[in-house]
Amino acid sequence: MSWSNKLSNSVQSIAPSGIRKFFDIAAKMKDVISLGVGEPDFVTPWTIRESCVYGLERGYTSYTANRGTLELRTEIANHFKKNYQVEYDPETEILVTVGVSEALDLALRAVLNPGDEVLIPEPCYVSYQACTTLAGGVPVSVPAKIENEFRITPEELEKFLTEKTKVLLIGYPNNPTGAIMEREDLLKIADFAEKNDLIVISDEIYGDLTYNGVHECFSALPNMRDRTILLNGFSKAYAMTGWRIGYALGNSDFIGAMTKIHQYSMLCAPITAQMAAVEALKNGEKYMKKMVAEYDRRRHLIYDGFKKLGLESFEPRGAFYIFPNISSTGLTSEEFAEKLIMAEHVALVPGTAFGKSGTGHVRCSYATSTEKISEALNRIEHFLKKLK
Amino acid sequence: MRELLEVLEKNSRVPVSELAAMLQKSEYEVEKEIERLEKEKVILSYGALVNWERYGDDVVTAIIEINLTPQREVGFDAIAERLYRYDEVRTVYLMSGNFDLLVIIEGKSLKDISNFVSTRLSTIEGVTQTRSHFLLKAYKKDGVILDDDEQDRRLVVVP
Repeated sequence: MSWSNKLSNSVQSIAPSGIRKFFDIAAKMKDVISLGVGEPDFVTPWTIRESCVYGLERGYTSYTANRGTLELRTEIANHFKKNYQVEYDPETEILVTVGVSEALDLALRAVLNPGDEVLIPEPCYVSYQACTTLAGGVPVSVPAKIENEFRITPEELEKFLTEKTKVLLIGYPNNPTGAIMEREDLLKIADFAEKNDLIVISDEIYGDLTYNGVHECFSALPNMRDRTILLNGFSKAYAMTGWRIGYALGNSDFIGAMTKIHQYSMLCAPITAQMAAVEALKNGEKYMKKMVAEYDRRRHLIYDGFKKLGLESFEPRGAFYIFPNISSTGLTSEEFAEKLIMAEHVALVPGTAFGKSGTGHVRCSYATSTEKISEALNRIEHFLKKLK
Repeated sequence: MRELLEVLEKNSRVPVSELAAMLQKSEYEVEKEIERLEKEKVILSYGALVNWERYGDDVVTAIIEINLTPQREVGFDAIAERLYRYDEVRTVYLMSGNFDLLVIIEGKSLKDISNFVSTRLSTIEGVTQTRSHFLLKAYKKDGVILDDDEQDRRLVVVP
């Protein structure tokens, strides 16, 4: 007997993640080189790991305050004041969550009523639409264009604006495209948000991984602080994915509402991971900068490689992904990814996993060693030659 | 090009074409720069860091503290030179503190090393005292952990 008809409608309406198939194929292969991993290849810097071990030894094994330890919230507040000149009250305007994933879920659930629409530039991270649906909202995809290096403009957003539009959900630097938004681009978006009285949820988990320039924090833009729910965390920049520590910053109404859900559903983020996060902010920056410098070199290497292979791609400016256009091969994104892994044992993710506007693209992560990137490029070259 | 040195220090076998791509220079520029750094002795050598124990060789390493009487005009340098010219001597540092030179010596056996210390090192004029410490186990050398079991534990495909 199948129980699937007993499931909630909203869960049934969500498609399963498009990458499962490639995971299953790749997991069975031995010599696979994966450009499909959306997390750092570095292990968390030792000083951060050590602080967690020390915490355990001293018996820090309890719950913390729902909002997270005051020490961590204070460090986060200091970090934003110092780096972006935007101030948050650690008591009421900061919530520590179990990764940015939880923070995103809370933000959407805190502000959406059934039928409220959320503008989501695409391609985007896989959970944006699903979380919107689960929160009772309606995801409205706004395709970004490769000609524009996958930045989004107010004109493009305007076309999808309705009376029900309540939230704009952006994620720059972007997974999967590696796109960033310059300050001028963001100022236009800020104007648009203000004019249409939208809440902006800005997922800036890749903010520290910005190359050739500095990251622009959305809530630091003029008049944007109170309108914005800023999401960030430690996973990418500090190579701490498995620790599951993220946070949300916003006005006390938003953060208070999110905290309400969080206290009933999650209670608090793990205490040892919060202690590690404090160490990351206090003493982890130099290790983080080293990793960013390494990503930057890999970025050049892989961008150069795809250029030589004749696959159109724009130079990614953030995160650790490149998003080449493979439509010149005559294959769809899925076909390309599937044939490539079968023939050459190189795993990557079809662009369509990140929305319809990823059609014709594949996402390659360069969070892997330069040796492996070079070998993967060789294999892709071999693959392309055989196609002809 | 400090970054070039940082990359080469970790892996001197990165091909010039890759270095050029990573550092956004032409291959010619990278080659010229390496040449210059070699000429100016900023880059001294390109060795492999070998775990000889893993290979099966028995190597005895001793760390020797040496006290000296400095000599007029040349200070410690002349004695240091008399030491570092020996092939057996792998490393020589001038130190602050209770002794003057720290010398690392490699040999085939304990006897080998004690011989070398008693007949070569101690007899050098100006050497007043030596203290030998034999190395029992190497955990990390030149920034590399010798038996590192940390591996890539990530799933192969992650959104």
